[in-house]
Amino acid sequence: MSLELLVTHYNYWVVIFLMMVGFYILISRGNLIKKIVGLNVFQTSVFMLYISLSKITEGTPPILVDGYGDGEVVYSNPLPHVLILTAIVVGIATTSVGLALAVRIKEAYGTLEEDEITGIEAGIEAGSEAAG
Amino acid sequence: MAGHYPVLQVVVPLLAAPLCLFVRNGRAAWGLAVVASWSALGISLALLGRVTSSGVISYALGDWAPPIGIEYRVDIVNAWVLVIVSTIGALVAPYALTSVEREIEARHIPLFYAAYLLCLSGLLGIAVTGDVFNVFVFLEISSLSAYALIALGQDRRALTSAFRYLVMGSVGATFIVIGIGLLYSMTGSLNMADLAQLLPGVWESRTVKVAYGFLAVGFCLKLALFPLHLWLPNAYTYAPSPVTAFMASTATKVAVYMLLRFFLTVFGAAFSFDVMALDRVLLPLALVAIVSMSLVAIFQVNVKRLLAYSSVAQIGYMILGLSFATVTGLTATLLHLFNHALMKGALFMAMGCVMYRVGSVQIDAMAGLGRRMPATMAAFVAGGLSLVGVPLTVGFVSKWYLILGALERGWWPVAVLVLIASLMALVYVWRVVEVAYFREFPGEEQTREAPWTLLWPTWALVVLNLYFGIDAGRTAGIARQAAEVLMAGIGQ
Repeated sequence: MSLELLVTHYNYWVVIFLMMVGFYILISRGNLIKKIVGLNVFQTSVFMLYISLSKITEGTPPILVDGYGDGEVVYSNPLPHVLILTAIVVGIATTSVGLALAVRIKEAYGTLEEDEITGIEAGIEAGSEAAG
Repeated sequence: MAGHYPVLQVVVPLLAAPLCLFVRNGRAAWGLAVVASWSALGISLALLGRVTSSGVISYALGDWAPPIGIEYRVDIVNAWVLVIVSTIGALVAPYALTSVEREIEARHIPLFYAAYLLCLSGLLGIAVTGDVFNVFVFLEISSLSAYALIALGQDRRALTSAFRYLVMGSVGATFIVIGIGLLYSMTGSLNMADLAQLLPGVWESRTVKVAYGFLAVGFCLKLALFPLHLWLPNAYTYAPSPVTAFMASTATKVAVYMLLRFFLTVFGAAFSFDVMALDRVLLPLALVAIVSMSLVAIFQVNVKRLLAYSSVAQIGYMILGLSFATVTGLTATLLHLFNHALMKGALFMAMGCVMYRVGSVQIDAMAGLGRRMPATMAAFVAGGLSLVGVPLTVGFVSKWYLILGALERGWWPVAVLVLIASLMALVYVWRVVEVAYFREFPGEEQTREAPWTLLWPTWALVVLNLYFGIDAGRTAGIARQAAEVLMAGIGQ
């Protein structure tokens, strides 16, 4: 792998870095809010991947300018931007549902730490087996 | 009007969902949900009829011709999946009325029906669309509403299981978007039929193979293939009864459909089996899922959790059929999509009846219910027999084709494993039956049969179980045709 690949495609390396960071936070952190943050970072990396794909070197914004149509003007592909607009909305919806669940979990368990919740749940299960 | 059926399939429940919020009344919202889900069933049956008589229907959304515009493309495969989803949707909706009044707070009931209809339209949308990005959008519509539905469960563990499902489901969906983005970068198209034309030209590129990997992991998370099934057991256990019945019979089935559609139609069966060795990756996972999850199910004390683990094992059967890489194997997969929806729907609905009268679904709580709630427990027994695969039930038909597929490949150890797993199913079903029929009912309280509003949808599914178990010609015929469409281009 050459240094050139690293430099010219730096945006893709940023994408991979963000993706791994997000995924790591998601897996390693026990706090539910931090998990949502990790999920957000993870999703954001995908948004950047799409935008990077559509950018063309020397490309103009996709608007009508002189020379359009005779191949002189290169323009960036607008479609991935539109797709990612949808994906951003989906990401916001996921985040808000996740945060709403976190609020309800805090009300029901009094904590947002995963290991404490697991402890409480193990207690419920042991109790219900003893009672049943 | 009939020309617009493909889009109406999605639009009817999608528009009924916000209306449920406006009416602000549980009963009225329920009425809307019933009307919307039954019209969805009518539309899907009409689509299946048209597809079988006159071939593929292509519908250009907003009259933008594909591949530029979004295309809804209905062939026999998705018509079949649409019928599965809308049949269950149409039976769960009437069932929900009584069950939900007991299990969910009154002020949440209109919200429940709104989320239910959104989930239904999302699942129908995944099945009907011919555009890969559209699949992602509908996937998220159905998943987000599913998280909300599961969180409505009475037990506080419903919240944590919904959260866990949200995290894993979102990761799965994001993996699918990455895959779709990479495919777009290689082909410049999002239309499935168009992609199927363009992809063979770039098969060799690493980007396409990476996209395949991302999609595979995303789909397997969504369809809960072992070892990516961890979100499923808790979600099914603590969700409200109608939600469990609905999700267990539709959500994972639609995910299996996505996998089939992407890997066999978009990438092509030849690429999946010859280049990517999909069959050899899935076969061991399916076998481990079948055996280990059946074993885990035997030791459960909560019947809903027992059935949830059994669902993971049953998903293993569907994937096993695919991993045979033959038309017979795929026929078994497609048949089992329908048959498993019927049997698990009936079983979870029977558990909903028990929940309604007894307030618990622990095995010990079933003691003596065989006499107290004869119709409910008879439905459970019939569903259980179907799960085991006793002749004259749909379960037998699925197993028949599965074993036929295994023997066709000469893999008799696989056939033996399927039979052993069926015996394990007999063990876990029997544990419930034994407690229900051979133990005395504790206490004096008057536990009566579940109300008929809960019983008739349950028994409707039981009757379908028996009917299609005896007269399997039609379902097997459609499944075989669909399997041939998916395997097109590859030898028999």
